[in-house]
Amino acid sequence: MEKRSLLRMQGVRKRFGATLALDGVDLRVAEGSVLALIGENGAGKSTLMKILSGAYLPDEGKMWLGDEEYVPRNPLEARQMGVGMIYQELSLAPHLSVAENIVLGLEPCIGPFVDRRRMKRQAVEAMSDLGRPSIQPHTLVQELSIAEQQLVEIARAISAGCRVLIFDEPTSSLGRKDIELLFKVILKLKDKGIAIVYISHFLEEARALATEYVVLRDGRSVSAGRMDDITNPEIIESMVGRKVESLYPRTNRTPGEALLELENVSGWIKPCDASLTLHRGEVVGIAGIVGAGRTELLRAIFGLDAVKKGKIRIQGQLRTERAEGLEWNRGVGMVSEDRKGEGLALNLSLADNITLSSLKRFVSPSQLQERSGKWVEQFSIKCNDSSDEVNSLSGGNQQKIAISRLLEHDVDVLLLDEPTRGIDVAAKAEIYRLIDELAHRGKAILVVSSYLPELFGICDGIAVMGKSGLGPVRRTEETSEKQVMQEATASLSL
Amino acid sequence: MSSKPELRMKQRKWWSYWLANIGPLAGLGVVILLFGLLRPRTFLTADNFQVMLLQTAVVATAALGMTLIIISGGIDLSIGSNIALCTVVIALLLKNNVSPLLAATGGVATGAACGFLIGFLITKLRLTPFIVTLGTWGALRGAAKGFAGETMVSAPSTWLNDLLQTLGPGKRFMIFPPGVWLMIGLTFLVGAMLRYTRFGRHIFAIGSNEQTARLCGVPIGRTKLLIYTIGLAFAGIAGVLQFSYLTVGDPTTAAGLELAIIAAVVIGGGSLNGGEGSVFGTVVGALIMTVVANGCTKMNLSNWVQEIVTGLIIIAAVVLDRLRHKRVA
Repeated sequence: MEKRSLLRMQGVRKRFGATLALDGVDLRVAEGSVLALIGENGAGKSTLMKILSGAYLPDEGKMWLGDEEYVPRNPLEARQMGVGMIYQELSLAPHLSVAENIVLGLEPCIGPFVDRRRMKRQAVEAMSDLGRPSIQPHTLVQELSIAEQQLVEIARAISAGCRVLIFDEPTSSLGRKDIELLFKVILKLKDKGIAIVYISHFLEEARALATEYVVLRDGRSVSAGRMDDITNPEIIESMVGRKVESLYPRTNRTPGEALLELENVSGWIKPCDASLTLHRGEVVGIAGIVGAGRTELLRAIFGLDAVKKGKIRIQGQLRTERAEGLEWNRGVGMVSEDRKGEGLALNLSLADNITLSSLKRFVSPSQLQERSGKWVEQFSIKCNDSSDEVNSLSGGNQQKIAISRLLEHDVDVLLLDEPTRGIDVAAKAEIYRLIDELAHRGKAILVVSSYLPELFGICDGIAVMGKSGLGPVRRTEETSEKQVMQEATASLSL
Repeated sequence: MSSKPELRMKQRKWWSYWLANIGPLAGLGVVILLFGLLRPRTFLTADNFQVMLLQTAVVATAALGMTLIIISGGIDLSIGSNIALCTVVIALLLKNNVSPLLAATGGVATGAACGFLIGFLITKLRLTPFIVTLGTWGALRGAAKGFAGETMVSAPSTWLNDLLQTLGPGKRFMIFPPGVWLMIGLTFLVGAMLRYTRFGRHIFAIGSNEQTARLCGVPIGRTKLLIYTIGLAFAGIAGVLQFSYLTVGDPTTAAGLELAIIAAVVIGGGSLNGGEGSVFGTVVGALIMTVVANGCTKMNLSNWVQEIVTGLIIIAAVVLDRLRHKRVA
């Protein structure tokens, strides 16, 4: 039986000055179904979200909610009409309680006073609807985990009686377990008849949840249909707009001498007991669930965190002292998982960021420009010139700058923590090509990633970080995603 | 899609370049032009310009040091107290027959020592600069009063007193008094240090993103300690100039001056979030405030009008800064 479509958009256009952010978007989502909205960064997903939420008015095109035309003038109105948003960056007030957050903006009132009993009842109802009655209404939101906060955000939308719920990259800061829980909640909402739009980079997620899809490219909906009728490579092709040769290129790599050797390395809290050998010309991946201590291991190797016990040998030499920044001189460089918070100084120029670790006592600005211009050219970083602020670049280009810093320093061992987080497929492909090229040139690369297909695509060997420490490095051909997942989660249940 | 965003980026860049580098200078031009038109005979004279430069020297010199601190993401609220303490130290040294050069050096060393103390508290005890310097704001003022015995300290007349006096007939060849030359020279020195040394680039990096700087091997603690020590050595130099102007050590002098100094940095394009600022902008910012004060006096406007105008200029400068940083979503 054909379900009634609840939300419809037709020919929606939006222009900002000279840029056409949306250039004809058509989509429809039925009640009790999930629509995957897929597209690269900059394809217009966020503009579309803002139009749906009433933050922007479209220049052209029409939207319907049920049988009525849908023209929200502001976010509150959209919420009252039944369209809810779950943003990637959560929009909760951390100092307020769960209940206060759930009713925020639509507080039940008696005269000028908030009806606290009704507020509490609404919160309890909403949380038990989501299958998590354990989250108490009086708890402060800042005391909750990210995953729980997200549930509060969802509760806020459903307690306002929303019929359409839009998720924007909801899994970007969740671990695997929390993702599974979230998916259960989404499917439950779907069964209740809510129409869901799910925005994501991850095709696997889209497949797990959605029955229909729409691909957005350059502000236009370029293809749509049933999820079962299209393969992943076909989706990627319509996202990128051209044929993708190979997402994971692999040139000839010849492993050389050991550059990094770890022997039972433990930190004060994490990681516990990691042993590993990384050779020249080799890419080794570290899988594991979020919080297993993978980032901490990289930080310990790089000297940012203290090592409690164990030995670290770099280029065959045992490390005897630790100081921040000392590892650079030994030929080790690290790219942080937190690009904005740690990886890059966003309001400084490309040149400053690329050369920061390798400045001499006296510097010549023109020489810095020249040195970084070389990398801009080699990695085809899209910018005006190397005096641009890093802020003005896309995530993929920012990541290339973070990697350029290591190459400008001419390190041999590269520690890459989630190198493709938050960047689009085309940029991911370029990062993979870059990693392959570096391995081919004889660099040793250690990659931490939560995205298994990527690890299997680029690595020669994969080790799993579990509760009891780092497992052995297995050749990529000799292991499977299933086995890695089992190892990563098995140690948890102990 | 591919060409249009780049176009937009170029336009924004052009704007931001204009505002960052020409903005304060254009502002200075505007206020000079304004008062020049309103009071051509009294305002637009060589003597008046010399007076304005004299009046700017103390604030501008201290603001050079403050620029380093603000670029690194810090702040020093106690710089006025520091200047007062330095004038007292210099006067006491001179009174005890120390040579003027040594006395001046003692003043600068006092400023640097206070800077070292503040830097130490910030880096070792991990306190925020705002809180630490709120504390030293009172403590240094108290120390100055204690050393001075709660009164002004008179000192014998030496060449130090000539640093900031209008030039006599025999010294016209110098164009500006020595104190003004000192300020100009230091401006170029600090500007070059920020641009052409690793230390200078590290200051920007720490202010822009301390975590990134740590990741890149910048010794955060040592660099910050150096920033406050050097930055407040400039407060010491400003103290020497202030002493020269007062000719006595005054423990109550320069009260409220910290706000004028911070304002000069901000008008000149410094960001209180760190990572941005320029010494030339700072000096221009200090000049703008002097010109406004001087011009208002020439127009016989009361003090309260000057204060309101200065306040509005600070807010306008920040609004312009905001516009410069506004990004297209």
